[in-house]
Amino acid sequence: MKYSLLGLIKGAGNHHKDWPAAWRQPEPKPAYDVVIIGGGGHGLATAYFLAKEHGVTNVAVVEKGWIGGGNTGRNTTIVRSNYLWDESAHLYEKSLKLWEGLSQELNFNTMFSQRGVMNLAHNLHDLRELNRRVSAIRLNGIDSEFLTTEQVKAFCPIINTAPTIRYPVLGASLQRRGGTARHDAVAWGFARAADRLGVDILQNCEVTGIRREGIRVTGVETTRGFIGARKIGSVAAGHSSVIAAMAGLRLPIESHPLQALVSEPVKPVLDTVVMSGAVHVYVSQSDKGELVIGAGIDAYNSYAQRGTLQVIEEQMAALIELFPMFSRMRLMRQWAGIVDVCPDASPIMARTPVEGFYINCGWGTGGFKATPGSGWVFAHTIAQDRPHELNAAFTLERFSSGALIDEHGAAAVAH
Amino acid sequence: MTAQSHRNPTGGRIDRARTLGFTFNGRYYEGHPGDTLASALLANGVHLVGRSFKYHRPRGIVGSGAEEPNALVQLGQGALTEPNVRATQAELHDGLAAASVNCWPGVRWDIGAINGLLGGLFPAGFYYKTFMWPARAWRAYEWFIRRAAGLGLAPREPDPERYDGTHAHCDVLVAGGGPAGLAAALAAGRAGGRVILADEQAEIGGSLLAGGGTIDGRPARAWLDDATAELAGMAEVRVLPRATVFGYYDHNYLGIAERLADHLPPAERAGRARQRVWKVRAGRVVLATGAIERPLVFDGNDRPGVMLATAAQAYANRWAVRVGDRAVVVTNNDSAYQTALDLSESGVAVALLADLRAEVPAALAQRLSRAGIEVAAGSAVVDAAGGTRVTSAEIRRLGADGTTLEGPARHVPCDVIAVSGGWSPAVHLFSQSGGRLRWDEAIAGFVPDISRQAEVSVGAARGTFDLAAALAEGARAGAAAAHAAGFGDGTATAPAANAREVIAPRPVWRVPSAGRGKAFVDIQNDVTAADIALAAREGYSAVEHLKRYTTTGMGTDQGKTSNVNALAILAHATGTAIPAVGTTTFRPPYTPVTFGALAGRTVGPLFDPARLTAMHPWHVQAGTRFEDVGQWKRPWYYPRGSETLHQAVARECRAVRTSLGIMDASTLGKIDIQGPDAAKLLDLVYTNAWGGLEVGRCRYGLMLKEDGMVFDDGVTARLGPQHFHMTTTTGGAARVMAWLEEWLQTERPHWRVYLTSVTTQWAVAAIAGPNARRLMAELCPNIALDAIDFPFMAWRDGTVAGIAARVFRVSFSGESAFEINVPSSQGMALWQALMTAGAKYDITPYGTEAMHVLRAEKGFVIVGQETDGTVTPGDLGMDWIVGKKKPDFVGRRGLARADCKRPDRKQLVGLLPQDPKEVLVEGAQIMADAAAPPPVPMEGHVTSSYWSATLSRSFALALLKGGRARHGQTVPVHAYGKTSWAQVTEPIFYDKEGEKLRG
Repeated sequence: MKYSLLGLIKGAGNHHKDWPAAWRQPEPKPAYDVVIIGGGGHGLATAYFLAKEHGVTNVAVVEKGWIGGGNTGRNTTIVRSNYLWDESAHLYEKSLKLWEGLSQELNFNTMFSQRGVMNLAHNLHDLRELNRRVSAIRLNGIDSEFLTTEQVKAFCPIINTAPTIRYPVLGASLQRRGGTARHDAVAWGFARAADRLGVDILQNCEVTGIRREGIRVTGVETTRGFIGARKIGSVAAGHSSVIAAMAGLRLPIESHPLQALVSEPVKPVLDTVVMSGAVHVYVSQSDKGELVIGAGIDAYNSYAQRGTLQVIEEQMAALIELFPMFSRMRLMRQWAGIVDVCPDASPIMARTPVEGFYINCGWGTGGFKATPGSGWVFAHTIAQDRPHELNAAFTLERFSSGALIDEHGAAAVAH
Repeated sequence: MTAQSHRNPTGGRIDRARTLGFTFNGRYYEGHPGDTLASALLANGVHLVGRSFKYHRPRGIVGSGAEEPNALVQLGQGALTEPNVRATQAELHDGLAAASVNCWPGVRWDIGAINGLLGGLFPAGFYYKTFMWPARAWRAYEWFIRRAAGLGLAPREPDPERYDGTHAHCDVLVAGGGPAGLAAALAAGRAGGRVILADEQAEIGGSLLAGGGTIDGRPARAWLDDATAELAGMAEVRVLPRATVFGYYDHNYLGIAERLADHLPPAERAGRARQRVWKVRAGRVVLATGAIERPLVFDGNDRPGVMLATAAQAYANRWAVRVGDRAVVVTNNDSAYQTALDLSESGVAVALLADLRAEVPAALAQRLSRAGIEVAAGSAVVDAAGGTRVTSAEIRRLGADGTTLEGPARHVPCDVIAVSGGWSPAVHLFSQSGGRLRWDEAIAGFVPDISRQAEVSVGAARGTFDLAAALAEGARAGAAAAHAAGFGDGTATAPAANAREVIAPRPVWRVPSAGRGKAFVDIQNDVTAADIALAAREGYSAVEHLKRYTTTGMGTDQGKTSNVNALAILAHATGTAIPAVGTTTFRPPYTPVTFGALAGRTVGPLFDPARLTAMHPWHVQAGTRFEDVGQWKRPWYYPRGSETLHQAVARECRAVRTSLGIMDASTLGKIDIQGPDAAKLLDLVYTNAWGGLEVGRCRYGLMLKEDGMVFDDGVTARLGPQHFHMTTTTGGAARVMAWLEEWLQTERPHWRVYLTSVTTQWAVAAIAGPNARRLMAELCPNIALDAIDFPFMAWRDGTVAGIAARVFRVSFSGESAFEINVPSSQGMALWQALMTAGAKYDITPYGTEAMHVLRAEKGFVIVGQETDGTVTPGDLGMDWIVGKKKPDFVGRRGLARADCKRPDRKQLVGLLPQDPKEVLVEGAQIMADAAAPPPVPMEGHVTSSYWSATLSRSFALALLKGGRARHGQTVPVHAYGKTSWAQVTEPIFYDKEGEKLRG
């Protein structure tokens, strides 16, 4: 049943009794052409594009809990494509372009709101880096502009741009096409659209092993039994190394907790995304009115989706430095997700030495924005058994060849 | 209105001797010390306090504490305003000003209520199904949605108040000062343990403050007074009222938010911190957080006047407030019988008590009947009528299975409906600690099951509602916790109490509807039972999906009253058992915590305090412009008169090249390295070999990460056979220290090397220029200064201007230079002496900008400017520094990878702009083809770019693909729409042979 205003009006007449399940809850089939491990945004997007772009519809997405329950439902919802290196810029820009039509594509309002993403510069080094990035991004055909301190103030009047603060705002880059989206809706929208194309979404189905014959995979052992598969795509952010180990692979990944938090909801006060590396702030305001704030990474390795209070305290101090008026607002909820970080802070989306086993992982602190693009190229990689040119550089082999894509500078979060 | 129309003349824990004036929505009312804003409003007969989030329905006060979902107000004005404060937790003070949130023009007439009329269009998740056409219009739709959402208003001014933070350790932390918590604290305290008892209310006592009952044969409130007095007398016991344990983190680390001044009028807050966050590391934790009463889900259950039975009881007993004139009580358990009696005693006519259970407790029913209160067994309130206040309750008999209605409807006029749907233990902190919950059929609630940390739940928090049993549990837990910490024998005696048994409630999660009204589950977020059914139908049947799809439990109350009802209705809708549905994750904080309190003192000047050198006051005096480098304030340039940056830097550079410059180099990181394996450590972390370095000499080193990329650099001196002095970049000092420690502690733990950061022990003045040696000769009698006795890259101890100094012959400017290290305390004296003695050479202070120009003329790189984590020593043309014969160093394996040997890697080059007056933009990109449309292939970028006074022209350094083979080529350089052309050169522009710096 198509989602529309008309549907809502009809529904109002009968207590909305006719809305069907957004996706089926099928029993696992004995085997699929492709099994995607991980029902987050990336996994569901992969399944959707496998079906839609490549006609591969005999696909299951297996999820150990509920779809969207990992980093898809734990991030700060920022979408942008202002990356320095060509490989990243083209990938994230592809993703941004997909975002721009995603609600219509999926017939599910993902609330993608292009309210702009502003990265602040606080010292001469920041300014140099900012010039470098803006120049490169623009030459790559992606929108990016430089704002002076006065323009920053005009664009976002509540930032403290006084020269007397600890690290004064010296300028900013702005990507107007960047913004935020409703994270849960992305998972649900892809799930519903993939389901309609025949993809089975299997929740509460934890992968406990990967079966191989020789160097080729044959299926996954799960808590709901063995499921055969000709190809397996692992998109299990936060547990990528665990899944890869089941296939006999060791990944160059460290897993850390990354915390985020929201304030109590208030009337609109912040209409863009503000990121600052030097003061360590990234903040936006959700449509519900909450300030959504990304905190820093906890330095230790962990799979527990919880972090330390100290990180939150530091985050609040940084936020108040840039937005003194937020001091009396209140923290409503804090949580953590587990981020899988590669040594070069760029992801891996690639074939592996294990035949039929593909990995999509290592998105670090910034995977949400890539959701549709990641699914799009990964579906291509699985269906064609070779990468698309957009993800050709994001191999596992780059760590042995040295052809790294170092994006440590791209995130506001120090990895 | 008569003053406090609904306040009884006696009773309650309020101070009638003082009257406090306050305003609500601009209207003046009065209350007393001891009141909350909610109790004071109710004392004045005010129930209507706000409008709901989505439908803007009129809403009243539901609870009496942290559980309150509805009564959110904007408190205070101007810079002191605070949004979304629960009226039930705001202590009344004189002059308090509060206003309703989320309604316009006012709470009584609210334009947003039109949403209620269109409510059928707005089921759960409606926004996912519409607002998609046309695609471009979303931001317009969103504009309206954003304005409709949100509750109160963020302050618009900086916060004038200050906050505090502190750390504490204790043997036993008790969270919650009700009977169980008090018993625990008493037992642990008597055993001699160090105890912290924190309670969120202004007064310790929890349920004892509002309830009756007897303890040790006396009224419970008398026992409470004795208990608090005894705790106050214990030296090792700290009692924190107004202190909410908000978060339970790993390793028994808990956060407590203490309100220090919010209960005072603004005028009396001066000089006080407003709030304080305690960070407590507790040996053992006793969770005595009580339980939260659940509402019943029936049509119209959100009307003002519908409130929790315990809240009605608390207002009667604790605040001597009649919550209405005529009440109906509806319950599924025993506890509300006492509420009915207490209400009746307080002067509220209780029309009826409806008990959902067919079999009512005989003794209690008799007491009610003696008080003239009718008990309707097997009956429920199925609809509450009214508008801005409930006017009547519709009573029907329930069918045997609780899903149908029987018999005729009775409409009972009333202005209050007190409801009890059973109790949910407050397991939030337990859940945060990592503990696992269990569904307890007997109480129809989740209780703590398996602990993960050193804690124990007691009393109502674990489903023990009987007073005597709760006291006994608390005492046992307190004694055991103290014993575990080494105090007492682990036994305790608990006071006796009258039994207060709770017969199993009859869970009827959704009271059957008699009509078409809305039955709310999450009252704050306007989530109805029908919304939950819709979510289940659409497949959002995982608890977290339900929560996120309907927003139930996502409000500022975090679902304290709604979570279990929502789960149960979901379970019913999906045909599963409640425990199979599971529960959501409780996340910190238990109640919202002020951002400022979490930041504590680290705001303003204490936010990442600036690091200043010993000579900083001199620089300030000289009118220096500073640059932030890491945490340091470094002199950027020293303008004279009206000089611009450009003019000042040109002058400073000329002075260094032609006579004498002086720079404050104190900020460089310095690490003292000692031990038999010190040289081995250097061999490991630097690319070059260190074993052969003689005492008295120093050497430049590059550090790489494992991937072979340059990470830091600096000069390290050998002070003794097992003793080195390492310098690092200013910004990298802490990183390098951590890096060395990581290697030592995790990879080479058997090495005997000891590191000490000595960055701030030394002040450093660098003098550079043709006259540097002459000045040194005047001030430094005890070091032979000629180039043979004291060659380049050597160090000597001696005195400079009478100050004990260590002098390094190193140079970053390319001139003959001496870096004079003295104890920090002598830094200013040294600087002034050098300035005075150097006057004859027109000694010129120069800042970081001039330093950058001078070093770039020499082709010296700055790590972080010429490098960005992707640059190898070879890329910088520094292959000479990579030890070919060394068996290993960090980064060696990384460098061996194929990609690091590509001939077309980006390599350091010099650039001479075609227009010698044009200074290229640092960060400008070098294009492969100036005419190509986007995406334009890029081959590198400008890393450093300056005007050189020495060369009388502009120049730059750049990283360029295959650059070393391209000297002489002309390349297009682009930034911000402008393309310039520059010639590729060697990255050195001055004194290529290095005669000057060695001379």
